[in-house]
Amino acid sequence: MNLRRITALLLRYLLLYRQSWTRIMEIFFWPVMDLLVWGFLTAYLLKVGSNRVPALITFLIGSMIFWDLLYRAQQSVTISFLEDVWARNLLNIFVAPVTIAEFLTATFALGVIKVLVNGLILALLAWLLYSFNVFQLGFTLIPFVLSLMLMGWAMGMVTVALIMRWGHAAEALAWGIPFLIQPISAVFYPVSVLPSWLQAVAWTLPSTYVFEGMRQVLATGQAPWHMFWWSLGLNVVYLVAAGVFFEYMFRVVRRKGLLAKLGME
Amino acid sequence: MTNAPVIEVHDLVKTFNGTTAVDHLGFTAARGEILGLLGPNGAGKTTAIQMLLGIIEPTSGTIRILGKDIARHRIAILSRINFSSAYVSLPQNLRVIDNLRIFAGIYGVANWREKAVELMRLFEIERFATRKTGQLSSGESTRLHLCKALLNDPELLLLDEPTASLDPDIADKVRKLLRRIQRERGITVLYTSHNMLEIEEICDRVIFLHHGRKMAEGSPREVIARFNEQTLEQVFIRIARDGELQSAEKKSDA
Repeated sequence: MNLRRITALLLRYLLLYRQSWTRIMEIFFWPVMDLLVWGFLTAYLLKVGSNRVPALITFLIGSMIFWDLLYRAQQSVTISFLEDVWARNLLNIFVAPVTIAEFLTATFALGVIKVLVNGLILALLAWLLYSFNVFQLGFTLIPFVLSLMLMGWAMGMVTVALIMRWGHAAEALAWGIPFLIQPISAVFYPVSVLPSWLQAVAWTLPSTYVFEGMRQVLATGQAPWHMFWWSLGLNVVYLVAAGVFFEYMFRVVRRKGLLAKLGME
Repeated sequence: MTNAPVIEVHDLVKTFNGTTAVDHLGFTAARGEILGLLGPNGAGKTTAIQMLLGIIEPTSGTIRILGKDIARHRIAILSRINFSSAYVSLPQNLRVIDNLRIFAGIYGVANWREKAVELMRLFEIERFATRKTGQLSSGESTRLHLCKALLNDPELLLLDEPTASLDPDIADKVRKLLRRIQRERGITVLYTSHNMLEIEEICDRVIFLHHGRKMAEGSPREVIARFNEQTLEQVFIRIARDGELQSAEKKSDA
């Protein structure tokens, strides 16, 4: 892998933001809207009154922030690819000496930057609006965030592979794929709420361990490290599988001439 | 510098779902030569170019560029060649200079700013350096693409209808400039166009394709003489129509 090429690709995505206020807004708009809706809902529940409500507020806001980080990590890979499709720049990139690994690494790096910026803004807003201090538990949650990012990248790779194979018709997957796993990842409720057969499915997802782990951190202040290690282990498996799938799909699109078609449409 | 061909294509075949897009194509291009790849729509020109760039995998056959097999040395080859097409764009919402900076980074160009300014000056688009690419006219945009295509001092340039959508005046300027740069730097160029006057003016040698098969090869003058026609355009029309006829006859025989 060539660092210079990765930096150039990353610059290509970052410069887009320098040129456009609407793109900068896009980074913040949905997370802030989510935070407002969920935050005010929990504030309302607090008014209604229940001894469980303060914990619920923390769980919901924490879940919302974590979900958004996962979503942004996946989006950084898929939207970066789509930016080049929409700009009809895809062929310029893929006929340049850029390896698949370099291309993906640049999108991963963009994801790290976006997640950092996003996370800081959301943490600040949550603190200002709801007195929710995401850092009150020190840095216990950071490994869980990193694990979520890995899962976002794996999902992003699979999504891009599907878009390469099925073209513009599959673009909606860029936004839809994360929501396929949301109901069974126990994002806003514990796994125990799910029917038992679905719980078995849920425990095959790294995100389930992260969200369950996050709730335990918030509830007890103690990090359930076994949850983190499970999520990390599963993420390694998912990342390798996503990489193999991406490589396979890239071979298929080269054989069928679909990359060229997608790049010129 | 060796005299080995820059492009060596041998028995190249590409089929898509049973349809043959490129049919046992073979040709070479020498260093410093401008080779025109011609033919009607669907002749297989773009497919052939995309196989040369390694973004379409051949069904069979071999492609060697700069002495290396594209199937095995794709990245090494791509760093020494470049491509421009009327059908691809650079990001419209980035400034001209930013696009050149990014591609200079990708191609590993040292002193990118110097190189970018030199090329923008050559193509007379220096004054648009800080303008968004999407605000350029077709002619300016084409010249920017050519700047991008020359950033890495390529030994081989693949130009897919580079002057399509340009008015005759700008197209003429671009052609003359390209010819000048190509001569000065000894670049090999593979050129496709539907404008036969342009091909006669710019190409040293042409290959006519029809349904993926090579129908004629030689200098424009040789090909015109061989077909007993007055212009390359007449040859093009004849090959397109006779080719259709031959294909129909072949189908009815089958």
